[in-house]
Amino acid sequence: MPDSVSEFQESHGLYDLAVIGAGSAGLAGAVAAAELGLSVALLDTSTHTGGQFYRHPAPAVGAVRPEALHHDWSAYSDLRRRLAESEVRHLPGHHVWSVTRGEEDGDFWAVHAVTGADGDGERPVRVRARAVLLATGAYERQLPFPGWTLPGVVGAGGAQAMLKSGLVLPGRKVVVAGSGPLLLAVASSLAAAGARVPAVVEASGYLRYARHPRALVTNPHKAVEALTHGAALLRHRVRVRVRSAVTEVHGTDRVEAVTVTRLDRDWRPVRGTGRRIECDALAVGHGLVPQIELATALGCTTRSLPDGTRALALDDLQGTSVRGLWAAGEAGGVGGVQLAYTEGELAGVAIAAQVLGSPVHGGRVRELKRRRGRMRAFADAMATVHAPGPGWPRWLRDDTDVCRCEEVTAGRIHEAVEDLGARDARTVKLLTRAGMGWCQGRMCGAAVACLASRGGTAEPPLERRPFATPVPLAALAALDAPVVDEPRDPS
Amino acid sequence: MARTPADLVGAQPDPPFPVTFDGRTVTALHGQSVAAALWGAGILAWRTTRNGGRPRGAFCGIGQCYDCLATINGEPNRRACLVPARPGDAITTQEGHGRAGLGV
Ligand code: FES
Repeated sequence: MPDSVSEFQESHGLYDLAVIGAGSAGLAGAVAAAELGLSVALLDTSTHTGGQFYRHPAPAVGAVRPEALHHDWSAYSDLRRRLAESEVRHLPGHHVWSVTRGEEDGDFWAVHAVTGADGDGERPVRVRARAVLLATGAYERQLPFPGWTLPGVVGAGGAQAMLKSGLVLPGRKVVVAGSGPLLLAVASSLAAAGARVPAVVEASGYLRYARHPRALVTNPHKAVEALTHGAALLRHRVRVRVRSAVTEVHGTDRVEAVTVTRLDRDWRPVRGTGRRIECDALAVGHGLVPQIELATALGCTTRSLPDGTRALALDDLQGTSVRGLWAAGEAGGVGGVQLAYTEGELAGVAIAAQVLGSPVHGGRVRELKRRRGRMRAFADAMATVHAPGPGWPRWLRDDTDVCRCEEVTAGRIHEAVEDLGARDARTVKLLTRAGMGWCQGRMCGAAVACLASRGGTAEPPLERRPFATPVPLAALAALDAPVVDEPRDPS
Repeated sequence: MARTPADLVGAQPDPPFPVTFDGRTVTALHGQSVAAALWGAGILAWRTTRNGGRPRGAFCGIGQCYDCLATINGEPNRRACLVPARPGDAITTQEGHGRAGLGV
């Protein structure tokens, strides 16, 4: 490490880089930057690295073959090894709730976190760094339908997460529904783990990918992935129904069956096509939403994606519109694990160059950029294919809860839009409390925005939240004297 | 083919331990979250909503939806999908507001 950097650190107690999120993008970025000589802090809510994609059981579970539930486990184990060999300071169980500009001597960032399994605050922690890499990933997009609050209805990603980390299933007979490639992965892991999967219900049609031949041809690994899942589903005799949706869940205390209905091209249910499928759980999800609130709170520019979600707008080296703040992986648009690695590494290299004041190494960066461009094109095609059709609100009933936290029904949102003139998610929220509960609109935001647009193009929710995670009052009170995590004395 | 998730990954866990859910004994594995332990016992709901009093349990599984809030050892509003289960934990159904303030 050059003298100037270590001297700076010693006098300021700063990391060169704080990486938020230890999933594929964050790991790749942290390791790449550390290998180039930066002091790096890597913060993550979980106890283990790997993020959602490489979620795996705690060591006490003694899984001999964790890779049985994963795709490309070796890529992750390789990064994990490099992390262990590096000087990166891994801070697990750190829930970052805000990032602010340092006040005293200018050019640094303060990352504020609370610790504990669910952030139920053992102590507030502040990490100061010259640059921040946001690798915060995504969460699942949900569209409501009658019965979706019944126990036994779980997120498709949620079912996958609980299976990968806790080795448990939500039921024995699980229908998988929604839209997007994640459904195939979820169905094949549920089936491999012993669940019966009577059907995968996809609202779009896979043939629509054929309209994006370039993206397909330049991303052959995506086709291989799809074939692998497809073969697994065949082996487990899972039927895939396209252009269909679960339009109702039956049961009183928990799921007993679902109704699957054909959809027209706009995702409007086709009358008289409903068929009942017996099951005891439903795993459902309609794609992923980039998690960007730490960045929007700082005023970073965003861009709309073809599926109506919002991601961070990034330059060709992964920089956000705010200097010193970078992003990689799903925060810049959902595109899968390989894209996350590529962007993470690119960001790590670019940040190191900036902090060290050295030029970015040409050949490597060019290759990373090329790979990123190719995979981003596929991500855009994917978002277009699986974008919710405008007709989905037709499967709602007036008494269907749209906001799960505040129990706001479709009827009340309808009223706010039709009678009270609400035109956007924010106004609906003020009139009905939809999106004001614990999850701050993460579950209902996409649906409310769509309902407010009355069938027009929905303005994606702004993803603005004052706190990225709930913070105990005690943690705010202790802000004056938080535990400050500083890089170790480099000597 | 009675395959289980544990078979699939060749799990050789430490011996399971007991926790209670509303007084009834449930077994959990070291390293499992409270939500996973409950799912493992076939329990999918451990909270009732504030307005409708309707049952809820884990939904997103990753700490985003807050549907899995539980009262753990007398402390309400814990996200069961994130909190690891510990021997002797007393988990109880969280009703409505869960009595405690939001903390934000
Ligand atoms: S299941 Fe969503 S927060 Fe725990």
